[in-house]
Amino acid sequence: MRDYEKYIRYRTFPTPWCPGCGDGVILKSIAMAFADLKLDPDNIVVVAGIGCSGRMPTYFNTNTLHTTHGRALTFATGIKLAKPEKLVVVISGDGDATAIGGNHLIHAARRNIGIKMILINNGIYGMTGGQVSPLTPPKFFTETTPYGNIEPHFNIRKLLTGAEASFVARETVNRLMQLKQVIKKSFQHKGFSVVEVMSNCHVNLGRRNKMKSPLVMTKYIEDITMPMADFEKLTPEEQAPKYPLGIFVENTERMEYTDLYYNHIVPVAQQSGAKGEK
Amino acid sequence: MSQRKVLQGNIIIAKAALAAGCDFFAGYPITPSSEIAQYMSKEMPKMERTFIQMEDEIASLGACIGASLAGKKTLTATSGPGFSLMQEHIGLAVMAEVPVVIVNVMRGGPSTGMPTKPAQADMMQARWGTHGDHPIIALYPAFSEEIFSETVRAFNLAEKYWNPVILLLDEVLGKAHMDVEIPEPGSYDVYWEKTHEISDLNIYDRKLGENPPRIDFFHGYPIHIDSLEHDAHGWPSFDAKTVDKMQKLRMQKIYQNLDDIIKYKEYFLDDAEVLVFSFGISARSALAAVKTAREQGIKAGLFQALTVWPFPRAAMQERFKKTKKVLTVEMNMGQMKYEVERIAPDDVEKQTLLRANGMPFSPDEVLEAIKEFAK
Repeated sequence: MRDYEKYIRYRTFPTPWCPGCGDGVILKSIAMAFADLKLDPDNIVVVAGIGCSGRMPTYFNTNTLHTTHGRALTFATGIKLAKPEKLVVVISGDGDATAIGGNHLIHAARRNIGIKMILINNGIYGMTGGQVSPLTPPKFFTETTPYGNIEPHFNIRKLLTGAEASFVARETVNRLMQLKQVIKKSFQHKGFSVVEVMSNCHVNLGRRNKMKSPLVMTKYIEDITMPMADFEKLTPEEQAPKYPLGIFVENTERMEYTDLYYNHIVPVAQQSGAKGEK
Repeated sequence: MSQRKVLQGNIIIAKAALAAGCDFFAGYPITPSSEIAQYMSKEMPKMERTFIQMEDEIASLGACIGASLAGKKTLTATSGPGFSLMQEHIGLAVMAEVPVVIVNVMRGGPSTGMPTKPAQADMMQARWGTHGDHPIIALYPAFSEEIFSETVRAFNLAEKYWNPVILLLDEVLGKAHMDVEIPEPGSYDVYWEKTHEISDLNIYDRKLGENPPRIDFFHGYPIHIDSLEHDAHGWPSFDAKTVDKMQKLRMQKIYQNLDDIIKYKEYFLDDAEVLVFSFGISARSALAAVKTAREQGIKAGLFQALTVWPFPRAAMQERFKKTKKVLTVEMNMGQMKYEVERIAPDDVEKQTLLRANGMPFSPDEVLEAIKEFAK
């Protein structure tokens, strides 16, 4: 047994994911990050919303919670406030995090609450059969954009930077070890962190856009992504269709929300002397 | 020593929640319930408890459920529009069997309606608001001491039955200042029994009518809590037999314990010829009306429901053996009257006094209706 396997709940296998789905890579990379940090599984809770990503907590042998569409961050906020010392991981898809759950995403970033979010960006609603998402690339065909997608997509990096997120990174499912490293770093970060993972949905996005095999689609991801250092050398026109990779923001100056809250109330409690016994 | 005070209904709720051990509040401001959040934001830090104002009502109930799973006693408070937003998460709390108390200080609706006017028009939403078959407990105090005791009871029932409990109030009761006796700590029961050890991971397994042996997060067991239908482990399952069993387990933990959950008050009913059925602010007018009716020689009595869901069916049916006239008084276009009609035998005459224009009934109006009906 490899060291990361103790974090995997094999008895709930098989997963509902299609063969070749990037979600399996992400599951493994998160478990490997847990193992690298030698975390006690009982000090971890993995929370998710709805969609293919929503099913991921079922497969971690830790405390796990599957919630409602788009709202995983709200449940995680409650857990983190209740138990600030625990590692609270949220797994979310692009529809879950940026459409129905967009409000919670910006507010978690604004508060800088120490939740570790893994935002799986496959550019599509996979579980429901392939409808357009706020991260579907322009002109792509989906079940609800049969003539091509006309809507601009969110830029997660800029959205979260704008919301003052203290840790923002992007990686791809093509690079397992780098992905694990970035996830590990995000777990070590004190405040709110988001690791956007570019993933392949060859079944529900690729199939309708001439990329029906996982290999073709992961090659596409490789083509559109590049390290930040290379990205910066491009002109704005060249940058437009590309996705830089790496850690974009790592701000250790901002205080984490639960630290802020409990430090803030200490003098209030001391002054009142009314600490209640339950 | 108990304390006699003049307090707003919303503040009585907040005080009672803290007395019941509530140590986590997440909410979003909305008229006419905001005083509860305001009071909590001031008092909870003093007690090293947790208050957070979330970005909306959906997030508020989400945070409460998360904190509850991590071992906290949680409360959120809202009104009509916010209560509508919370419905999906009420369903999750039922499905995953998570204790949480939700206060809904009812205002005029539908939609934005009348934020500063009372209503009793979310009665059916409290019962059936979230999708799917589900058990729910809803309490509705009317008098000042009841606001305190029913709030404490709401927490006790939530913890005891692993279910969301809805505490209903109306704008009048929430906003009005009233004379109230705040009881001394220790003079009322506070239920708090937590499992910290389990023999296996079958956290939802039990006999019909029993509570789940569920444990909270972070007690050394890798438990899974799911909004999907699940098996005894909490793992997703759509197997027809399993689903059938889980549906019944969730229902029966409530319906086999009705004696413990259902509470009501009966005034002058032993020889009553007219039974007035009411609750909340309308019950206060109805009680005054019934007393005056008695003075005028009319044999009227009041059945005041404190537990509105599950409906106090057995107790009402007992009364219908002798009393053959029932008058339902409620501030809506007719909601609980259907429940009364459903259980009242054919030989019982049914009458209603209904209004949903933001004006509570005066005792005189109820008295007139009683007189008319008693003829």
